Amino acid sequence: MLEIRSLRKVYGGHGRQVEALGDVTLTVPEGQFVCVVGPSGCGKTTLLRCLGGLLAPTSGEVEVAGQPVTGPPDGLAIVFQEYGRSLFPWLRVAENIELPLKSKGVGRAERRRIVDESLTAVGLGDAAKAYPWQLSGGMQQRVAIARAIAFQPKVLLMDEPFAAVDAQTRADLEDLARTVWQRFGMTVLFVTHDIDEAVYLGQRVVMLSASPTRVLEDLDIDLPDKRDQLATRSGTRFAELRSHVYSRIQEAKIARPGS
Amino acid sequence: MSRALGRAGLLLGLPVILLVTWWFASAGSKSFYQPPLETIIKVFPATWTAARFRSDVLPSLGRLFLGYGLAVLLGIVLGVLIGAHRRLRALVEPLLEFLRAIPPPVLVPILILVAGLGDPTKVLVIVSGGIWPVLLNTVEGVRGVDQVLADTCRTYRICGWLRMRTFILRAASPQIVVGARQALSISIIMMVIGELLGATNGLGYTVVQFQRGFEIPEMWSGVFVLGLLGVLLSLAFTLVERRVLSWYHGVRAAERSGR
Ligand SMILES: Nc1ncnc2c1ncn2[C@@H]1O[C@H](COP(=O)(O)OP(=O)(O)OP(=O)(O)O)[C@@H](O)[C@H]1O
Ligand SMILES: [Mg+2]
Repeated sequence: MLEIRSLRKVYGGHGRQVEALGDVTLTVPEGQFVCVVGPSGCGKTTLLRCLGGLLAPTSGEVEVAGQPVTGPPDGLAIVFQEYGRSLFPWLRVAENIELPLKSKGVGRAERRRIVDESLTAVGLGDAAKAYPWQLSGGMQQRVAIARAIAFQPKVLLMDEPFAAVDAQTRADLEDLARTVWQRFGMTVLFVTHDIDEAVYLGQRVVMLSASPTRVLEDLDIDLPDKRDQLATRSGTRFAELRSHVYSRIQEAKIARPGS
Repeated sequence: MSRALGRAGLLLGLPVILLVTWWFASAGSKSFYQPPLETIIKVFPATWTAARFRSDVLPSLGRLFLGYGLAVLLGIVLGVLIGAHRRLRALVEPLLEFLRAIPPPVLVPILILVAGLGDPTKVLVIVSGGIWPVLLNTVEGVRGVDQVLADTCRTYRICGWLRMRTFILRAASPQIVVGARQALSISIIMMVIGELLGATNGLGYTVVQFQRGFEIPEMWSGVFVLGLLGVLLSLAFTLVERRVLSWYHGVRAAERSGR
Protein backbone atom coordinates (compact mmCIF):
# COMPACT_ATOMS: atom_id res chain seq x y z
CA MET A 1 0.00 0.00 0.00
CA LEU A 2 2.81 2.38 0.95
CA GLU A 3 6.18 2.04 -0.75
CA ILE A 4 9.12 4.20 0.22
CA ARG A 5 12.41 3.51 -1.52
CA SER A 6 15.68 5.27 -0.70
CA LEU A 7 13.87 8.42 0.23
CA ARG A 8 16.16 11.37 0.81
CA LYS A 9 15.20 14.90 1.60
CA VAL A 10 17.55 17.82 1.98
CA TYR A 11 16.16 21.20 2.93
CA GLY A 12 18.11 24.04 1.39
CA GLY A 13 18.01 27.76 1.52
CA HIS A 14 18.95 30.48 3.99
CA GLY A 15 22.56 29.37 3.70
CA ARG A 16 21.86 26.18 5.65
CA GLN A 17 21.51 22.68 4.32
CA VAL A 18 19.60 20.22 6.48
CA GLU A 19 19.54 16.58 5.55
CA ALA A 20 16.23 15.68 7.14
CA LEU A 21 15.99 12.20 5.62
CA GLY A 22 19.12 10.27 4.67
CA ASP A 23 18.03 7.03 3.08
CA VAL A 24 14.68 5.66 4.18
CA THR A 25 13.18 2.48 2.77
CA LEU A 26 9.88 1.18 4.08
CA THR A 27 6.93 -0.85 2.89
CA VAL A 28 3.53 -0.95 4.54
CA PRO A 29 1.04 -3.58 3.35
CA GLU A 30 -2.64 -2.74 3.09
CA GLY A 31 -4.55 -2.57 6.35
CA GLN A 32 -1.56 -2.54 8.66
CA PHE A 33 -1.09 -0.24 11.65
CA VAL A 34 2.53 0.87 11.64
CA CYS A 35 4.15 3.17 14.15
CA VAL A 36 7.22 5.20 13.33
CA VAL A 37 9.37 6.31 16.26
CA GLY A 38 12.36 8.55 16.16
CA PRO A 39 13.95 11.31 18.15
CA SER A 40 12.67 14.84 17.82
CA GLY A 41 13.84 16.51 14.65
CA CYS A 42 14.77 13.29 12.86
CA GLY A 43 12.44 13.98 9.96
CA LYS A 44 9.22 12.21 10.88
CA THR A 45 7.04 15.06 9.73
CA THR A 46 9.15 15.36 6.60
CA LEU A 47 8.53 11.67 5.89
CA LEU A 48 4.77 12.10 6.25
CA ARG A 49 4.73 15.20 4.10
CA CYS A 50 6.56 13.33 1.34
CA LEU A 51 4.05 10.48 1.60
CA GLY A 52 1.17 12.92 1.57
CA GLY A 53 2.44 14.59 -1.57
CA LEU A 54 2.91 17.89 0.20
CA LEU A 55 6.66 17.90 -0.24
CA ALA A 56 8.82 16.76 -3.14
CA PRO A 57 11.65 14.40 -2.14
CA THR A 58 15.21 15.26 -3.06
CA SER A 59 15.65 11.72 -4.36
CA GLY A 60 14.07 8.31 -4.00
CA GLU A 61 10.58 7.08 -4.71
CA VAL A 62 7.31 7.19 -2.87
CA GLU A 63 4.27 5.20 -3.94
CA VAL A 64 0.80 5.05 -2.47
CA ALA A 65 -1.46 2.23 -3.69
CA GLY A 66 0.91 1.53 -6.56
CA GLN A 67 0.87 5.10 -7.82
CA PRO A 68 3.96 7.31 -7.65
CA VAL A 69 3.23 10.29 -5.45
CA THR A 70 3.43 13.60 -7.26
CA GLY A 71 0.69 15.49 -5.42
CA PRO A 72 -1.68 14.55 -2.60
CA PRO A 73 -2.73 10.95 -3.43
CA ASP A 74 -6.36 9.91 -3.65
CA GLY A 75 -7.88 8.47 -0.52
CA LEU A 76 -5.16 9.64 1.84
CA ALA A 77 -5.90 11.69 4.93
CA ILE A 78 -3.50 13.30 7.39
CA VAL A 79 -4.00 14.19 11.02
CA PHE A 80 -1.48 16.94 11.59
CA GLN A 81 0.79 17.44 14.56
CA GLU A 82 -0.51 20.97 15.13
CA TYR A 83 -4.17 20.15 15.67
CA GLY A 84 -4.91 23.67 16.84
CA ARG A 85 -3.89 24.98 13.45
CA SER A 86 -5.39 22.31 11.22
CA LEU A 87 -9.03 23.10 11.97
CA PHE A 88 -10.66 26.14 10.37
CA PRO A 89 -11.43 28.48 13.28
CA TRP A 90 -14.23 30.23 11.34
CA LEU A 91 -16.10 26.99 10.72
CA ARG A 92 -18.12 25.05 13.24
CA VAL A 93 -17.04 21.51 14.07
CA ALA A 94 -19.61 19.95 11.72
CA GLU A 95 -18.63 22.32 8.90
CA ASN A 96 -14.97 21.47 9.39
CA ILE A 97 -15.72 17.80 8.95
CA GLU A 98 -18.07 18.47 6.08
CA LEU A 99 -15.71 20.57 4.02
CA PRO A 100 -13.64 17.76 2.45
CA LEU A 101 -16.90 15.98 1.62
CA LYS A 102 -18.19 19.10 -0.11
CA SER A 103 -15.14 19.21 -2.33
CA LYS A 104 -15.66 15.51 -3.04
CA GLY A 105 -19.16 16.35 -4.27
CA VAL A 106 -21.06 14.34 -1.66
CA GLY A 107 -24.74 15.37 -1.42
CA ARG A 108 -26.07 17.36 1.51
CA ALA A 109 -28.09 14.63 3.24
CA GLU A 110 -25.29 12.12 2.86
CA ARG A 111 -22.82 14.66 4.20
CA ARG A 112 -24.92 15.22 7.28
CA ARG A 113 -25.15 11.49 7.91
CA ILE A 114 -21.40 10.96 7.58
CA VAL A 115 -20.63 13.93 9.83
CA ASP A 116 -22.93 12.61 12.55
CA GLU A 117 -21.50 9.14 12.25
CA SER A 118 -17.89 10.23 12.47
CA LEU A 119 -18.55 12.61 15.35
CA THR A 120 -20.21 9.77 17.23
CA ALA A 121 -17.27 7.51 16.41
CA VAL A 122 -14.90 9.90 18.22
CA GLY A 123 -17.33 10.49 21.08
CA LEU A 124 -18.18 14.08 20.22
CA GLY A 125 -21.79 13.66 19.19
CA ASP A 126 -22.88 16.88 20.87
CA ALA A 127 -20.12 19.22 19.74
CA ALA A 128 -21.25 19.61 16.13
CA LYS A 129 -22.25 23.24 16.53
CA ALA A 130 -19.24 24.40 18.55
CA TYR A 131 -16.30 26.28 17.12
CA PRO A 132 -12.91 24.54 17.43
CA TRP A 133 -11.56 27.21 19.76
CA GLN A 134 -14.37 26.51 22.18
CA LEU A 135 -13.01 22.97 22.65
CA SER A 136 -10.12 21.58 24.66
CA GLY A 137 -6.98 20.37 22.90
CA GLY A 138 -8.01 16.73 23.14
CA MET A 139 -11.44 17.48 21.73
CA GLN A 140 -9.91 19.44 18.85
CA GLN A 141 -7.74 16.47 18.00
CA ARG A 142 -10.85 14.26 18.04
CA VAL A 143 -12.44 16.61 15.55
CA ALA A 144 -9.38 16.34 13.33
CA ILE A 145 -9.67 12.55 13.56
CA ALA A 146 -13.40 12.69 12.83
CA ARG A 147 -12.67 14.76 9.75
CA ALA A 148 -10.13 12.20 8.59
CA ILE A 149 -12.57 9.32 9.15
CA ALA A 150 -15.38 11.15 7.36
CA PHE A 151 -13.13 11.46 4.33
CA GLN A 152 -13.15 7.64 4.24
CA PRO A 153 -9.48 7.30 3.38
CA LYS A 154 -7.65 4.14 2.42
CA VAL A 155 -4.55 5.48 4.12
CA LEU A 156 -4.42 7.52 7.30
CA LEU A 157 -1.24 9.32 8.28
CA MET A 158 -1.01 10.65 11.82
CA ASP A 159 1.77 12.96 12.92
CA GLU A 160 2.34 12.87 16.68
CA PRO A 161 -1.34 13.52 17.06
CA PHE A 162 -1.43 13.16 20.82
CA ALA A 163 1.86 14.81 21.78
CA ALA A 164 0.24 17.89 23.26
CA VAL A 165 -2.63 16.48 25.31
CA ASP A 166 -2.70 15.36 28.93
CA ALA A 167 -1.99 11.75 29.88
CA GLN A 168 -5.57 10.63 30.50
CA THR A 169 -6.88 12.15 27.27
CA ARG A 170 -3.94 10.66 25.50
CA ALA A 171 -4.78 7.15 26.66
CA ASP A 172 -8.37 7.63 25.47
CA LEU A 173 -7.25 8.94 22.11
CA GLU A 174 -4.82 6.04 21.67
CA ASP A 175 -7.64 3.58 22.14
CA LEU A 176 -9.75 5.66 19.79
CA ALA A 177 -7.06 5.41 17.12
CA ARG A 178 -7.03 1.59 17.45
CA THR A 179 -10.83 1.40 17.38
CA VAL A 180 -11.08 3.56 14.30
CA TRP A 181 -8.47 1.51 12.54
CA GLN A 182 -10.16 -1.78 13.40
CA ARG A 183 -13.58 -0.50 12.44
CA PHE A 184 -12.72 1.19 9.16
CA GLY A 185 -9.81 -1.06 8.16
CA MET A 186 -7.55 1.57 6.67
CA THR A 187 -3.78 1.49 6.48
CA VAL A 188 -2.37 3.61 9.29
CA LEU A 189 1.04 5.17 9.58
CA PHE A 190 1.35 6.66 13.03
CA VAL A 191 4.31 8.86 13.86
CA THR A 192 5.35 9.47 17.45
CA HIS A 193 8.42 10.08 19.54
CA ASP A 194 6.89 8.18 22.43
CA ILE A 195 8.21 4.62 22.58
CA ASP A 196 5.44 3.33 24.86
CA GLU A 197 2.80 4.72 22.57
CA ALA A 198 4.42 3.17 19.50
CA VAL A 199 4.61 -0.30 21.06
CA TYR A 200 1.11 -0.07 22.48
CA LEU A 201 -0.50 1.01 19.21
CA GLY A 202 1.37 -0.64 16.39
CA GLN A 203 1.41 -4.03 14.74
CA ARG A 204 4.85 -2.96 13.72
CA VAL A 205 7.27 -0.36 14.98
CA VAL A 206 9.75 1.27 12.63
CA MET A 207 12.62 2.96 14.41
CA LEU A 208 14.35 5.89 12.78
CA SER A 209 17.83 7.09 13.58
CA ALA A 210 18.71 10.71 14.20
CA SER A 211 19.56 12.59 11.03
CA PRO A 212 20.81 11.77 8.47
CA THR A 213 17.85 9.50 9.00
CA ARG A 214 17.74 5.82 8.12
CA VAL A 215 15.54 2.98 9.31
CA LEU A 216 17.28 1.53 12.37
CA GLU A 217 15.07 -1.46 12.81
CA ASP A 218 11.71 -2.71 11.72
CA LEU A 219 10.12 -4.65 14.56
CA ASP A 220 6.97 -6.77 14.56
CA ILE A 221 4.88 -6.27 17.67
CA ASP A 222 3.58 -9.68 18.62
CA LEU A 223 1.08 -8.47 21.18
CA PRO A 224 -2.50 -9.70 20.93
CA ASP A 225 -4.81 -7.64 18.75
CA LYS A 226 -7.06 -6.72 21.63
CA ARG A 227 -5.13 -4.10 23.57
CA ASP A 228 -5.92 -2.61 26.91
CA GLN A 229 -4.23 0.32 28.59
CA LEU A 230 -3.77 -1.54 31.87
CA ALA A 231 -3.38 -5.19 30.93
CA THR A 232 -1.28 -4.69 27.81
CA ARG A 233 1.03 -2.12 29.31
CA SER A 234 1.71 -4.17 32.44
CA GLY A 235 2.46 -7.38 30.50
CA THR A 236 5.99 -8.76 30.34
CA ARG A 237 6.05 -8.94 26.56
CA PHE A 238 5.18 -5.26 26.37
CA ALA A 239 8.04 -4.46 28.73
CA GLU A 240 10.47 -6.52 26.66
CA LEU A 241 9.48 -4.89 23.40
CA ARG A 242 9.53 -1.50 24.96
CA SER A 243 13.01 -1.83 26.41
CA HIS A 244 14.27 -3.30 23.15
CA VAL A 245 13.06 -0.27 21.21
CA TYR A 246 14.39 2.02 23.89
CA SER A 247 17.88 0.53 23.87
CA ARG A 248 18.07 0.57 20.08
CA ILE A 249 17.29 4.24 20.02
CA GLN A 250 19.76 4.95 22.82
CA GLU A 251 22.48 3.01 20.95
CA ALA A 252 21.83 5.05 17.86
CA LYS A 253 22.24 8.23 19.84
CA ILE A 254 25.54 7.10 21.36
CA ALA A 255 26.84 5.82 18.05
CA ARG A 256 26.56 9.32 16.67
CA PRO A 257 29.38 11.40 18.10
CA GLY A 258 28.49 14.96 18.88
CA SER A 259 24.78 14.46 19.35
CA MET B 1 -29.36 46.31 30.15
CA SER B 2 -27.50 48.56 32.57
CA ARG B 3 -24.27 47.53 30.87
CA ALA B 4 -25.66 48.58 27.51
CA LEU B 5 -26.70 51.88 29.03
CA GLY B 6 -23.25 52.34 30.46
CA ARG B 7 -21.67 51.73 27.10
CA ALA B 8 -24.05 54.11 25.39
CA GLY B 9 -23.14 56.66 28.05
CA LEU B 10 -19.43 56.22 27.36
CA LEU B 11 -20.05 56.48 23.63
CA LEU B 12 -22.12 59.65 23.87
CA GLY B 13 -20.43 61.25 26.89
CA LEU B 14 -17.63 63.14 25.19
CA PRO B 15 -19.72 64.40 22.22
CA VAL B 16 -22.38 65.66 24.64
CA ILE B 17 -19.80 67.46 26.77
CA LEU B 18 -18.25 69.03 23.67
CA LEU B 19 -21.61 70.17 22.34
CA VAL B 20 -22.63 71.69 25.65
CA THR B 21 -19.29 73.47 25.91
CA TRP B 22 -19.68 74.73 22.37
CA TRP B 23 -23.22 75.87 23.07
CA PHE B 24 -22.22 78.03 26.04
CA ALA B 25 -18.92 79.22 24.62
CA SER B 26 -20.54 80.38 21.41
CA ALA B 27 -23.74 81.73 22.98
CA GLY B 28 -24.15 85.39 22.17
CA SER B 29 -21.23 85.31 19.75
CA LYS B 30 -21.31 88.29 17.45
CA SER B 31 -18.57 86.93 15.17
CA PHE B 32 -19.86 86.44 11.66
CA TYR B 33 -17.76 83.34 11.03
CA GLN B 34 -18.43 81.65 14.36
CA PRO B 35 -22.17 81.89 14.88
CA PRO B 36 -23.70 80.57 18.11
CA LEU B 37 -24.45 76.83 18.06
CA GLU B 38 -28.07 77.79 18.67
CA THR B 39 -28.21 79.58 15.31
CA ILE B 40 -26.63 76.61 13.53
CA ILE B 41 -29.18 74.25 14.98
CA LYS B 42 -32.01 76.62 14.14
CA VAL B 43 -31.14 76.74 10.45
CA PHE B 44 -30.76 72.96 10.32
CA PRO B 45 -34.37 71.93 9.54
CA ALA B 46 -34.75 74.58 6.85
CA THR B 47 -31.43 73.68 5.29
CA TRP B 48 -31.53 69.89 5.29
CA THR B 49 -34.92 69.34 3.77
CA ALA B 50 -36.13 66.28 1.94
CA ALA B 51 -35.49 68.05 -1.34
CA ARG B 52 -31.90 68.72 -0.35
CA PHE B 53 -31.50 65.09 0.66
CA ARG B 54 -32.58 64.07 -2.80
CA SER B 55 -30.53 66.65 -4.63
CA ASP B 56 -27.30 66.54 -2.60
CA VAL B 57 -27.08 63.86 0.07
CA LEU B 58 -28.25 60.96 -2.06
CA PRO B 59 -25.90 61.66 -4.98
CA SER B 60 -23.02 61.93 -2.50
CA LEU B 61 -24.00 58.68 -0.83
CA GLY B 62 -24.38 56.99 -4.20
CA ARG B 63 -20.91 58.00 -5.28
CA LEU B 64 -19.50 57.08 -1.89
CA PHE B 65 -20.99 53.58 -1.85
CA LEU B 66 -20.04 52.92 -5.44
CA GLY B 67 -16.52 54.25 -5.00
CA TYR B 68 -15.99 52.55 -1.66
CA GLY B 69 -17.48 49.29 -2.90
CA LEU B 70 -15.24 49.31 -5.94
CA ALA B 71 -12.21 50.17 -3.84
CA VAL B 72 -12.87 47.25 -1.48
CA LEU B 73 -13.69 44.82 -4.28
CA LEU B 74 -10.71 45.76 -6.44
CA GLY B 75 -8.46 45.89 -3.41
CA ILE B 76 -9.44 42.37 -2.40
CA VAL B 77 -9.22 40.90 -5.90
CA LEU B 78 -5.84 42.44 -6.65
CA GLY B 79 -4.63 41.79 -3.11
CA VAL B 80 -5.47 38.09 -3.34
CA LEU B 81 -3.75 37.84 -6.73
CA ILE B 82 -0.62 39.60 -5.53
CA GLY B 83 -0.59 37.90 -2.14
CA ALA B 84 -0.88 34.42 -3.61
CA HIS B 85 1.89 34.73 -6.21
CA ARG B 86 5.32 35.31 -4.83
CA ARG B 87 6.86 36.35 -8.16
CA LEU B 88 4.14 38.85 -8.90
CA ARG B 89 4.49 40.23 -5.40
CA ALA B 90 8.22 40.78 -5.74
CA LEU B 91 7.55 42.52 -9.04
CA VAL B 92 4.84 44.94 -7.97
CA GLU B 93 5.63 45.56 -4.32
CA PRO B 94 8.00 48.54 -4.89
CA LEU B 95 5.44 50.07 -7.23
CA LEU B 96 2.68 49.65 -4.66
CA GLU B 97 4.78 51.25 -1.97
CA PHE B 98 5.40 54.19 -4.28
CA LEU B 99 1.74 54.63 -5.22
CA ARG B 100 0.68 54.32 -1.64
CA ALA B 101 3.11 57.02 -0.54
CA ILE B 102 1.43 59.56 -2.84
CA PRO B 103 -1.24 61.43 -0.88
CA PRO B 104 -4.48 60.55 -2.72
CA PRO B 105 -5.74 64.16 -3.03
CA VAL B 106 -2.74 64.92 -5.24
CA LEU B 107 -4.15 62.51 -7.78
CA VAL B 108 -7.40 64.41 -8.06
CA PRO B 109 -6.22 67.09 -10.53
CA ILE B 110 -4.62 64.38 -12.66
CA LEU B 111 -7.80 62.31 -12.64
CA ILE B 112 -9.83 65.36 -13.63
CA LEU B 113 -7.40 66.06 -16.48
CA VAL B 114 -7.66 62.49 -17.72
CA ALA B 115 -11.30 61.67 -17.08
CA GLY B 116 -13.06 65.03 -17.04
CA LEU B 117 -15.34 66.48 -14.41
CA GLY B 118 -18.25 64.02 -14.47
CA ASP B 119 -19.57 61.58 -11.96
CA PRO B 120 -17.24 58.76 -13.03
CA THR B 121 -14.28 60.92 -12.07
CA LYS B 122 -15.70 61.50 -8.59
CA VAL B 123 -16.14 57.78 -8.12
CA LEU B 124 -12.63 57.25 -9.45
CA VAL B 125 -11.30 59.77 -6.96
CA ILE B 126 -12.82 57.72 -4.14
CA VAL B 127 -11.44 54.48 -5.55
CA SER B 128 -7.99 55.98 -6.00
CA GLY B 129 -7.85 56.83 -2.31
CA GLY B 130 -9.67 53.89 -0.80
CA ILE B 131 -8.07 51.03 -2.65
CA TRP B 132 -4.61 51.16 -1.07
CA PRO B 133 -5.31 50.15 2.51
CA VAL B 134 -7.55 47.30 1.30
CA LEU B 135 -5.03 46.12 -1.27
CA LEU B 136 -1.99 46.22 0.97
CA ASN B 137 -3.75 44.65 3.94
CA THR B 138 -5.20 41.89 1.76
CA VAL B 139 -1.74 41.11 0.40
CA GLU B 140 -0.43 40.78 3.95
CA GLY B 141 -3.41 38.69 5.01
CA VAL B 142 -3.14 36.30 2.09
CA ARG B 143 0.59 36.01 2.49
CA GLY B 144 0.21 35.16 6.15
CA VAL B 145 -2.29 32.28 5.81
CA ASP B 146 -1.47 29.35 8.04
CA GLN B 147 0.73 26.73 6.41
CA VAL B 148 -0.94 23.86 8.24
CA LEU B 149 -4.36 24.96 6.99
CA ALA B 150 -2.94 25.27 3.49
CA ASP B 151 -1.65 21.68 3.75
CA THR B 152 -5.02 20.59 5.10
CA CYS B 153 -6.68 22.05 2.01
CA ARG B 154 -4.29 20.28 -0.30
CA THR B 155 -4.67 16.94 1.47
CA TYR B 156 -8.45 17.08 1.43
CA ARG B 157 -8.54 18.46 -2.10
CA ILE B 158 -10.24 21.66 -1.17
CA CYS B 159 -9.46 23.81 -4.17
CA GLY B 160 -10.79 26.39 -6.57
CA TRP B 161 -13.56 28.69 -5.45
CA LEU B 162 -14.38 26.57 -2.39
CA ARG B 163 -10.80 27.06 -1.18
CA MET B 164 -10.91 30.76 -1.98
CA ARG B 165 -14.06 31.41 -0.05
CA THR B 166 -13.68 29.01 2.87
CA PHE B 167 -9.95 29.37 3.35
CA ILE B 168 -8.07 32.25 1.74
CA LEU B 169 -10.66 35.00 2.13
CA ARG B 170 -11.66 33.93 5.61
CA ALA B 171 -8.07 33.56 6.79
CA ALA B 172 -7.24 37.00 5.45
CA SER B 173 -10.47 38.56 6.66
CA PRO B 174 -9.12 40.13 9.89
CA GLN B 175 -6.59 42.07 7.84
CA ILE B 176 -9.04 42.81 5.05
CA VAL B 177 -11.41 44.32 7.60
CA VAL B 178 -8.65 46.54 8.99
CA GLY B 179 -7.98 47.78 5.47
CA ALA B 180 -11.66 48.26 4.73
CA ARG B 181 -12.12 50.37 7.83
CA GLN B 182 -9.25 52.67 6.90
CA ALA B 183 -10.63 52.81 3.39
CA LEU B 184 -14.01 53.93 4.66
CA SER B 185 -12.75 57.09 6.31
CA ILE B 186 -10.44 57.82 3.37
CA SER B 187 -13.38 57.34 1.01
CA ILE B 188 -15.48 59.92 2.84
CA ILE B 189 -12.62 62.40 2.66
CA MET B 190 -12.12 61.69 -1.02
CA MET B 191 -15.83 62.04 -1.67
CA VAL B 192 -15.77 65.55 -0.24
CA ILE B 193 -12.58 66.49 -2.06
CA GLY B 194 -14.03 65.27 -5.34
CA GLU B 195 -17.06 67.45 -4.78
CA LEU B 196 -15.08 70.55 -3.87
CA LEU B 197 -13.68 70.64 -7.37
CA GLY B 198 -16.15 71.27 -10.14
CA ALA B 199 -19.22 69.47 -8.91
CA THR B 200 -22.83 70.49 -9.42
CA ASN B 201 -24.30 68.71 -6.42
CA GLY B 202 -23.30 66.72 -3.35
CA LEU B 203 -22.43 67.34 0.28
CA GLY B 204 -19.00 68.82 -0.33
CA TYR B 205 -20.40 71.02 -3.07
CA THR B 206 -23.22 72.26 -0.80
CA VAL B 207 -20.83 73.20 1.99
CA VAL B 208 -18.67 75.18 -0.43
CA GLN B 209 -21.73 76.90 -1.93
CA PHE B 210 -22.85 78.03 1.53
CA GLN B 211 -19.39 79.32 2.26
CA ARG B 212 -19.25 81.25 -1.01
CA GLY B 213 -22.69 82.67 -0.35
CA PHE B 214 -21.65 83.72 3.17
CA GLU B 215 -24.40 81.54 4.65
CA ILE B 216 -22.16 80.65 7.56
CA PRO B 217 -24.61 78.86 9.91
CA GLU B 218 -25.77 76.75 6.97
CA MET B 219 -22.17 75.92 6.15
CA TRP B 220 -21.60 74.76 9.71
CA SER B 221 -24.72 72.63 9.56
CA GLY B 222 -23.28 70.95 6.46
CA VAL B 223 -20.11 70.14 8.35
CA PHE B 224 -22.34 68.57 11.00
CA VAL B 225 -24.08 66.40 8.44
CA LEU B 226 -20.73 65.18 7.15
CA GLY B 227 -19.58 64.33 10.65
CA LEU B 228 -22.80 62.53 11.37
CA LEU B 229 -22.47 60.55 8.16
CA GLY B 230 -19.00 59.46 9.19
CA VAL B 231 -20.21 58.32 12.61
CA LEU B 232 -23.19 56.41 11.23
CA LEU B 233 -21.10 54.63 8.60
CA SER B 234 -18.49 53.73 11.17
CA LEU B 235 -21.20 52.26 13.42
CA ALA B 236 -22.62 50.27 10.53
CA PHE B 237 -19.13 49.04 9.76
CA THR B 238 -18.67 47.89 13.34
CA LEU B 239 -21.90 45.90 13.14
CA VAL B 240 -20.76 44.15 9.97
CA GLU B 241 -17.34 43.53 11.44
CA ARG B 242 -18.84 41.87 14.52
CA ARG B 243 -20.60 39.40 12.28
CA VAL B 244 -17.75 38.73 9.91
CA LEU B 245 -15.04 38.45 12.55
CA SER B 246 -16.93 36.89 15.46
CA TRP B 247 -14.77 33.77 15.11
CA TYR B 248 -11.64 35.88 15.26
CA HIS B 249 -12.64 37.61 18.47
CA GLY B 250 -13.53 34.17 19.86
CA VAL B 251 -10.09 32.79 19.02
CA ARG B 252 -8.42 35.81 20.58
CA ALA B 253 -10.48 35.51 23.74
CA ALA B 254 -9.71 31.78 23.98
CA GLU B 255 -6.00 32.50 23.58
CA ARG B 256 -6.09 35.17 26.26
CA SER B 257 -7.80 32.86 28.70
CA GLY B 258 -4.80 30.59 28.16
CA ARG B 259 -5.81 27.50 26.28
N1 LIG C 1 10.78 23.81 5.80
C1 LIG C 1 11.97 23.50 6.32
N2 LIG C 1 13.08 24.16 5.94
C2 LIG C 1 14.27 23.84 6.46
N3 LIG C 1 14.48 22.88 7.36
C3 LIG C 1 13.43 22.17 7.78
C4 LIG C 1 12.10 22.45 7.29
N4 LIG C 1 11.24 21.60 7.88
C5 LIG C 1 11.99 20.83 8.70
N5 LIG C 1 13.29 21.17 8.64
C6 LIG C 1 14.38 20.54 9.36
O1 LIG C 1 14.37 19.16 9.04
C7 LIG C 1 14.62 18.37 10.19
C8 LIG C 1 13.47 17.40 10.37
O2 LIG C 1 12.27 18.10 10.65
P1 LIG C 1 10.90 17.37 10.94
O3 LIG C 1 9.91 18.43 11.24
O4 LIG C 1 10.60 16.46 9.81
O5 LIG C 1 11.25 16.54 12.23
P2 LIG C 1 10.28 15.72 13.19
O6 LIG C 1 10.89 14.39 13.36
O7 LIG C 1 8.90 15.78 12.72
O8 LIG C 1 10.43 16.55 14.54
P3 LIG C 1 9.39 16.67 15.75
O9 LIG C 1 9.44 15.38 16.50
O10 LIG C 1 9.93 17.80 16.56
O11 LIG C 1 8.07 16.96 15.15
C9 LIG C 1 14.80 19.32 11.34
O12 LIG C 1 16.18 19.49 11.56
C10 LIG C 1 14.20 20.61 10.85
O13 LIG C 1 14.87 21.70 11.40
MG1 LIG D 1 7.13 16.58 13.47
